[in-house]
Amino acid sequence: MSLPGFPDAAPLAGLAGGLLIGLAAAIMLLGSGRIAGVSGLAAKAVGLGGSGISRIGAWAFVIGLPLGALLVTIMTGGLEASFAGPVPLVIAGLLVGIGTRLGSGCTSGHGVCGVSRLSARSLVATITFMAAGIATVAAMNAMGLEVLR
Amino acid sequence: MNARMFWPLVSGTIFGAGLALGGMTDPARVRGFLDIFGSWDPTLAFVMGSAAFVMAIAWRFVARMDQPLFAEKFFLPDRSDLTPRLIGGSALFGIGWGVAGLCPGPGIAALVIEPTAAAIFVVAMLAGMGLVQLIERQS
Repeated sequence: MSLPGFPDAAPLAGLAGGLLIGLAAAIMLLGSGRIAGVSGLAAKAVGLGGSGISRIGAWAFVIGLPLGALLVTIMTGGLEASFAGPVPLVIAGLLVGIGTRLGSGCTSGHGVCGVSRLSARSLVATITFMAAGIATVAAMNAMGLEVLR
Repeated sequence: MNARMFWPLVSGTIFGAGLALGGMTDPARVRGFLDIFGSWDPTLAFVMGSAAFVMAIAWRFVARMDQPLFAEKFFLPDRSDLTPRLIGGSALFGIGWGVAGLCPGPGIAALVIEPTAAAIFVVAMLAGMGLVQLIERQS
């Protein structure tokens, strides 16, 4: 199904994917008593952060991410994706790593878990990284920088 | 495998499946969402909206629970102060997100979709996290 006026959008796949993400975050919250914030769990797994979950638990969550993506890849017969080249990937990775530690979270922890809890910090963080992301893409487009291959 | 590992593994696997199904492991789709002045792709709003909807229900349950189902206690953020660090960090994260169309979850999940590109991103991300830790330890 497509959305009138937005030929590229996949609203049903988006809704279904979001329901799964919500379910996953709810299992983490109600089951393990912790926020499913990927940046915090990744940091914990490699020994760069101190949050409530055990390190082995953080590893289990992090390893699950590619496992789940692999299952979908197999079931759908392959996923479309285009990625940036090495230089923009390194710049982006560094900024994401530094930014999520300083900002105490990313799209999952702030954007999904915190916003749904109406946390003031998460609302401000989410508005900030959305605005920064929008401005970055607009600036790169204005400069004619095409990063995805 | 005990509950300490099992439920996070289940959660992570469902999370990764949701990211892939929702198209979030495709940086073109994520950058398409951020490209509101160009050919805007609203898919990410559907993903975040339905995920937050489910979580809003989960928070209602938490309010009535003394402890989680499979752990001794809740570890939840309790801060409400809006600091320059929170805003500056989130801005840096947003810039990085816009540059390559990847945030931590999709970056890690994409290790099985485009291993080399995802690995470059994830290693750089962990290096960035390590840098913050290093600087904060010294000060």
